[in-house]
Amino acid sequence: MKQLKVDAIRNGTVIDHITAGKVLKVADILNLQGMDLVMIGMNLASKKLGKKDILKIENRELSGEEVNSIALIAPNASLIIIKDYNVVKKVHLKIPEYIENLIVCPNPKCITSLEEIKSKFQITSGKPVKVRCVYCEKKYSIDEVRIRI
Amino acid sequence: MKDLLSMRDLNKEEILNFMKIAEKIEKGEIKPDMSKRIAALIFYEPSTRTHFSFATAMKKLGGQTITMRGTASSSVQKGESFADTLQTIAQYSDIIVIRTAIEGSARYAAESVDIPVINAGDGANQHPTQALLDLYSIIKTQGTLENLTIGIVGDLKFGRTVHSLVQALSDFGPKFYFISPSFLKMPEHIKDDLKEKEIEFEELKDIEEKINNMDLMYVTRIQKERFADPEDYEKVKDSYILTKAMLENVKDSFKVLHPLPRVNEISTDVDDTKYAYYFQQAKNGVFMRQAIISILLGGVK
Repeated sequence: MKQLKVDAIRNGTVIDHITAGKVLKVADILNLQGMDLVMIGMNLASKKLGKKDILKIENRELSGEEVNSIALIAPNASLIIIKDYNVVKKVHLKIPEYIENLIVCPNPKCITSLEEIKSKFQITSGKPVKVRCVYCEKKYSIDEVRIRI
Repeated sequence: MKDLLSMRDLNKEEILNFMKIAEKIEKGEIKPDMSKRIAALIFYEPSTRTHFSFATAMKKLGGQTITMRGTASSSVQKGESFADTLQTIAQYSDIIVIRTAIEGSARYAAESVDIPVINAGDGANQHPTQALLDLYSIIKTQGTLENLTIGIVGDLKFGRTVHSLVQALSDFGPKFYFISPSFLKMPEHIKDDLKEKEIEFEELKDIEEKINNMDLMYVTRIQKERFADPEDYEKVKDSYILTKAMLENVKDSFKVLHPLPRVNEISTDVDDTKYAYYFQQAKNGVFMRQAIISILLGGVK
């Protein structure tokens, strides 16, 4: 079978095994405007997931907060750090149990919607990802909430 | 325990300790002394009963209260942040009791000050002191909290009281019947929690259907203002009224509870039956709030 070539990156980050259909949301979180080189692959064949998305970003490392938010959206993703075309580190993302200041509570009556305070969420289940606001105690699936970076 | 914010924070042992202390206070076995202590009662949302109940509880403990009322208090109007308002009040008082329409505000208050905070109702979220006094009423009438069959009637969607009560009971192996109009059903996130804990519940539309199986029925008000179309309210309002005639074959130990105020959802002919317990329930509230204040202020263990 013929394989389309996607350029390898020299230095940077590859996020592999993103849940199919979620790569644009991941790209959104990472705010990739003005980046050197970005490659977005959607619906690629995957042994593990059937279909997957992939994102390659040249000359960019991710912050802990960014990694946490990607884990929420794409819990199967793995993070690969590339230096001089070589894989120097590969990490399978883990959903954190608790997250501060990343998720916007959609409840308009929640204190976090009305006062300038950090949001706090507990992750109540992993697949599908469900989160509970520590303040108003409402539970949401991850697709119902906005993630801010 | 610094604060009382949500039933979700309490384990079974802590719940039972609240029951034990309330009982000892009611029986006069202990007399916690809260003289020289001041409770700040901050009620951003109107409430007569809960405010009265806390004020009475504090006075019976020998303590004093200061009260701030109104949705737009002077400091809030001046643009002061919620946290600053609370920090200031915390300088005057030993414990804060707070009710607001904003969900999560009590937890935020507790994070903002060093003194204990009691949630007296935060929007549609939690009302843990009501849940604890409800449990105290249940244990007094049934002798136990374990394995009871409980009907909950009325506005199950917006009623924070019933949300807290359901959570409070869920450690005690209950069976629930939820009885409400279809658009005031128990929220999914609460039912989700029950399913996770494998707690049996059934949703009914008819108040009489399973009444003879129940150990108690907890009735709440269906508020007219929840209905967009007044005609819808007229259609359902009478289907959720408990009358004396419905009590003919109930269990001997059956009790009717209600957080009050009642409008017409329990017919007054029920008041004289041995099943009515709602006014004693309100009295139990004072003992329970004495217990809560005493525990949080370190007056008892």
